[in-house]
Amino acid sequence: MNTRRDVRIGILFAMPWIFGFLIFLVYPILASLFYSFTNFSVLREPKMVGISNYRELAGDDVFLTTLKNTLMYVVGAVPLGTVVAIGLAMLLNTKVKGMALYRTLFFLPSLVPMVALGTLFLWVFNGDYGLLNNALRGVGLSPPNWLSDPLWAKWTLILISTWGSGQAMVIYLAALQDVPISLYEAAELDGAKLWAKTRNVTLPMISPVILFNVLMGIIGSLQVFAVPYVMFPDGQPARSTYFFASYLYDNAFRFQRMGYASAIGWVMFVITLALTLIALKVSDKHVHYERG
Amino acid sequence: MAVALYVGETSVSRQGGAGRVSVIYWEKWTGDEGEQMRKVVNAFNASQSKVFVKYLSISSVDQKTMLATAGNNPPDVAGIWLEQIAQFSDAGALTDLTNLAKDSGLGADHYIKGYWDPLNYHGSLWALPSTPASIALHVRPDLVPTEFATPETFPKTVEGLDAMSKRISKKGKGGSLVMAGFLPSNPGWWNWAWGTYFGGKLVDGDKITVNSVENVRAFEWCQGYAKEFGSKEMTSFQGGFGNFSSPQDAFMTGKVATEINGVWKGNYIKVQRPDTPWFAVPFPYPANRPDLAGHANLSQDVLTIPRGAKHPKEAFEFIAFVQRQDVMERLCKSHGKNSPLAKVSEEFFNTHPNKFIRLFDQLARSPKAFSSPQIGIYPQISAEMTVAFQEVNNLQKTPKQALDDAQARLDKLWITYKSQVLTR
Repeated sequence: MNTRRDVRIGILFAMPWIFGFLIFLVYPILASLFYSFTNFSVLREPKMVGISNYRELAGDDVFLTTLKNTLMYVVGAVPLGTVVAIGLAMLLNTKVKGMALYRTLFFLPSLVPMVALGTLFLWVFNGDYGLLNNALRGVGLSPPNWLSDPLWAKWTLILISTWGSGQAMVIYLAALQDVPISLYEAAELDGAKLWAKTRNVTLPMISPVILFNVLMGIIGSLQVFAVPYVMFPDGQPARSTYFFASYLYDNAFRFQRMGYASAIGWVMFVITLALTLIALKVSDKHVHYERG
Repeated sequence: MAVALYVGETSVSRQGGAGRVSVIYWEKWTGDEGEQMRKVVNAFNASQSKVFVKYLSISSVDQKTMLATAGNNPPDVAGIWLEQIAQFSDAGALTDLTNLAKDSGLGADHYIKGYWDPLNYHGSLWALPSTPASIALHVRPDLVPTEFATPETFPKTVEGLDAMSKRISKKGKGGSLVMAGFLPSNPGWWNWAWGTYFGGKLVDGDKITVNSVENVRAFEWCQGYAKEFGSKEMTSFQGGFGNFSSPQDAFMTGKVATEINGVWKGNYIKVQRPDTPWFAVPFPYPANRPDLAGHANLSQDVLTIPRGAKHPKEAFEFIAFVQRQDVMERLCKSHGKNSPLAKVSEEFFNTHPNKFIRLFDQLARSPKAFSSPQIGIYPQISAEMTVAFQEVNNLQKTPKQALDDAQARLDKLWITYKSQVLTR
């Protein structure tokens, strides 16, 4: 009797969240699925058009461009972000004086709002008077036009993505501190040096965390929007930085094609799901779980 | 939540004071331009005791107006851009102002034709101007050869402009650009319009014609500059340009000797670098098309009443107030712009901060003046033209290729739009 009462009270306390979940998440998800099969311009009643939005997407070369750009971004940003975050976490896991300060300093950049970040990097990557190119020229290199060259614009965004590595770094740091010291001691007894210990102890032990961060990275990168929106309006130069989410946004709010935008959203969801499943499948043999 | 919304709504409505109808006005402007419009609002509020306009400066005003209209809670007045009228009208987002304007005595004869015509779409009036602009070539007399350093002697043709630009442009070590006589990609705001300067159209009747011979010729001309200066050198050079509203602006710092820009440019110069010498001339025409002399691109900020506005009649009272000659002249002068009205006072010209205001007025009245095409897919056309321009400017594609690709995409979009939007 008491248990049933507890459940009722529990549900009652959870009601605000449940309402929020139903109204702000479940309903929009289902509504967007419905709208993806309609012609819907927000102001007029949606009209069923079957799968024509999806058919149109299949032949839409701008959509294919955004698909290519987004996947290239994922392929560039996720591994780079992973390497940077693990590298920083390992450095910050050493015993050095003032480590708490270093950890704070390396985490702080990930708190910078996206719009401020975009504006800041417009200055850093400016081809003529940007900090980066001035430094590169200083060492005798001939730097590219990061912001206006279609070949380099995407790479600029990939480089910038490492700025937010602080979040993943903190998780890696926690995982590193969880690796039993006895394993390192055993490895040392076997004559293992730094690289051998990293390869055979550290990485396998934190592999579930790597998988988690990679999955989060893939999902986040597929939704990249704010920084390119600020730094490269309209996906310029020549749509080289035009991503999935930007195209979805433009169709929904600039072109008033909410039905088409919903279809883009669902294709995006399917691709995200597929990549996540592939990553999980591929990880089967590489991720070490302590308990089975 | 409902209570909070009600309280919020009521508190806004009551700001006008007892007995006055509260009209909510959303406008895009911030800073000084916003303040100048606020003065107009205050003047209207003080001029009568029945209506109180509540002025709100809103970012992305077009998108927010659209969503608020869909949510059945739009502002009473929305300040959007001329280019959006067809799209908003097709979407059913606007109130037809035809009869309201007629009742207020506002008609074609009150306005300059080039500004009045695009306010009408499919036989109805959808907006009235807040401030307009005409666009001309701005020239630095200290940077061009002496023989071209006056409005009267400046080259009249595109070919003359090209030759002059070639003569005065300077390259530094390694071929990098140091100063450009002219750059079609600066400031890059009207990429869709280049074809029109060569006699082309983006839309002809019911057809999209972005790859017409004239448009291709215009883009070939644009690409000529990329080839002349080097695409990489040109983009690198432009990467160093400061913001147009800062003292680091390329024209004000003398990085470019000429620049196509709107009537507002004079205002920015006055504020940021008042010692900059400059004059304005109509944009040159192709030598083999003297009939295009005096052509000018016109743009407008407009006032609309979204569909479902709670107080359309009172909202129009305010819009009509803005159309009064004295009010409009004061507003346009404070924004550094020309007036959209057919009748302009001598005092407006004599006291205007832009010393070439008569030229901008003449350009607006030119029979060759043009505005962006009135078509519901204009946002897509503009986006495609910008992409095509960048591809041409980067030497990624030939002008023909770039415009053919844009044409193919737009043809598909236009067919879809006609079947999904226009037939409903």
